[in-house]
Amino acid sequence: MNAALLAADLPYWAQALLRVLGGVVAVLLPAGTIVYVFLFKMMSFMQSRLGPMEAGPYGSMQLFAEVGKWLQKEDITPERADRFIFKIAPLVVLVSTFLLVAVVPFGPDAWFTNFEAGVFYMLAVSSVSVLGILIAGWASANKYSLLGGLRAAGQLIAYELPMVLAVIGVIIQAGTMNLQDIVFAQNAGSMFGWDGLGNPYILTQFVGFIIFMIAVQAELTQTPFDMPIAESELVSGYMTEYSGFRFLTFFIAEFATAGVFSLIASVLFLGGWGIPFAWFGWDTMDSVDNWMNVVGPLIMFTKMMLLSFIIMWVRFSYPRFREDQLQRFAWKVLVPVSLVNIMITAILKVAF
Amino acid sequence: MTSTESLIDRRQLSYIAAQAADARLNVELETEGMTLNIGPQHPATHGTLRIIARLDGEQVVWAEPSCGYMHRGYEKLTEVRTYPQVTALVNRIDWLGSFANEVPFILAAEKLMEIEAPPRAQWIRTILFELSRIANVSLFLGDLGVQMGAITPVFMAFRDREYVLNLIEGATGGRFHPNFDRIGGLKDDLPAGFIDETRVVMKKLRNFCDEMENLLFGNEIFQSRTRGIGVIPKDVAMQYGLSGANLRASGVDWDLRRDQTLPMAWNKVDWKVWTHPDGDSFARCWVRLQEVRESTRIVDQLLDNIPSGPVMAKVPRIIKVPEGEAWVSTENPLGEMGYYVVSKGDLGPFRTKIRSASFNNISIVPWVLKGVYVPDIITILASLYFILGDIDR
Repeated sequence: MNAALLAADLPYWAQALLRVLGGVVAVLLPAGTIVYVFLFKMMSFMQSRLGPMEAGPYGSMQLFAEVGKWLQKEDITPERADRFIFKIAPLVVLVSTFLLVAVVPFGPDAWFTNFEAGVFYMLAVSSVSVLGILIAGWASANKYSLLGGLRAAGQLIAYELPMVLAVIGVIIQAGTMNLQDIVFAQNAGSMFGWDGLGNPYILTQFVGFIIFMIAVQAELTQTPFDMPIAESELVSGYMTEYSGFRFLTFFIAEFATAGVFSLIASVLFLGGWGIPFAWFGWDTMDSVDNWMNVVGPLIMFTKMMLLSFIIMWVRFSYPRFREDQLQRFAWKVLVPVSLVNIMITAILKVAF
Repeated sequence: MTSTESLIDRRQLSYIAAQAADARLNVELETEGMTLNIGPQHPATHGTLRIIARLDGEQVVWAEPSCGYMHRGYEKLTEVRTYPQVTALVNRIDWLGSFANEVPFILAAEKLMEIEAPPRAQWIRTILFELSRIANVSLFLGDLGVQMGAITPVFMAFRDREYVLNLIEGATGGRFHPNFDRIGGLKDDLPAGFIDETRVVMKKLRNFCDEMENLLFGNEIFQSRTRGIGVIPKDVAMQYGLSGANLRASGVDWDLRRDQTLPMAWNKVDWKVWTHPDGDSFARCWVRLQEVRESTRIVDQLLDNIPSGPVMAKVPRIIKVPEGEAWVSTENPLGEMGYYVVSKGDLGPFRTKIRSASFNNISIVPWVLKGVYVPDIITILASLYFILGDIDR
């Protein structure tokens, strides 16, 4: 496989620039789409209202209006806040999103980095955002923020484990930690000798998929796991003291991470950028046609929208847990179930 | 151990715990108590209630409501108003079910003047009273979702409450503050088409109740957040003077609509007082949901046999209430609301004491919040259902 087919004749700096631009697009485009389609429109329709209608046709320019509004607001730092830490906290959260998107493959050659321990790296950097949230809660010098930050830390660490354990089933089945190879294994695979659909792991690893989505919901601090931001109790928790651009950064990070986690879930469970390779007679990664580099991202985007629809659907319709109930759910339900899932997967892997 | 002893016991224990938090005697974790001010500006307090909570971690050691941030002095203001003017003031006490606030005051004045409204006026009063109960409690049902993080129910509540408000507006001219009740009857008769429209809306409201039951009450997370949380036993509820749905949810079968004879139409129709034996947050919410259903039934039956006739008794043009004292209380959406009116034979009351339900209902907050977690503060406060105007008057 050619490592830099898309940017073959470009100098190093141009390749780097291309990747940075691609990363920004890959983070901001899903975030913007999710916010407009789901947060503005779908939520409104679920709640028997229209949502934004004034800015542009059907309020489609509302996002830009919102960003403009937030940029105009004063950047307030509380008097007793730890100023430096307070200011970098939103960036730390956003950086974690960018680090995550770095390993997501969008096509046979359309990726930012492609290394063997992709899943391992993905699970590791997704916890960087915990650090950002914790220091945001601590540095705000606000009791609500502190409670929110501590809740977030406890919750995100508790749900990291089921997430890792849910992914292990996929790793066992694919036999690799490379995300690109996982995509290949799903699309080139076959179910009981029939390869018309490939072998998307959502079918064989359905339990793992459910656990992964629940853990993603908790990692994103979306309802029903939103006690770190709980508007009605903690008045937005760790975000309470933030305003203007820094609040916007938190906001973007929240929805961009939702998008990136949906991308990762689609890579792990839905076959990523691929369509069943048997349709076109591709049998190795190199034989995949070049046009998949264009179609692949679109397929990824579709799957991302499907998965983030589920995330948002649950978010809009469920009340929230209490944090002790949430911890109990993580340790007493999700972890044992995912361990059993790993065991069964391993036995079946050896048996077949 | 009798319940009174257990009450004292629990108070003493929590006092010791508060002392321990103060003196940093919690050697196990070396944690320091933290005082959290919930409010006056906080989304969960429906206005400007302030709850001072001493926390150990996320557990409440001691909590105290501090009210008075919205005190408007209605008791004093009634002394410089004439009787007909007072209704414009008092329907701002519980602003979500405002017509219900006017009724007990008017009934007290009528009691002093020894006149009674004609039957049609009594019927219409009861209908509007129940409509304001529906408008009030349906918002509670939606708000309950918001307090627990579900953002969708509140919009459904606002959508269906709008129909009821339209009815009230159609009949009285005021959406929130009808100011429609007069001594001796009502300002006006019902408008044309009101009865048919009300029947349609009552059907919609029953659908809304089913929707809420499916969306919220059947939800496992909702149940795990409310069942067994904030349990108020029967005797404690009675000691603290709780009233309304909060009392009925503790298993006390007590409803002033049924238990006292007033010149109103409740005893003319067939309805049921709902109680729940548990006394927890879920019971309080569930009883209110059933009461909305029951109110729609009451309204439907009242519409069926509404009598004809005048809506105003013969009263003098300038109302002077004879000397005397009267106490009338009714079962308002939030609980028992009563007016003690002292008249010296003037145009206006000499002194009015307003007994509003929320003020007594939140008096249990220090007792019930002890030992709960911070998220449960919100659900318990939501299920106790107070309105700031009703607390501070």
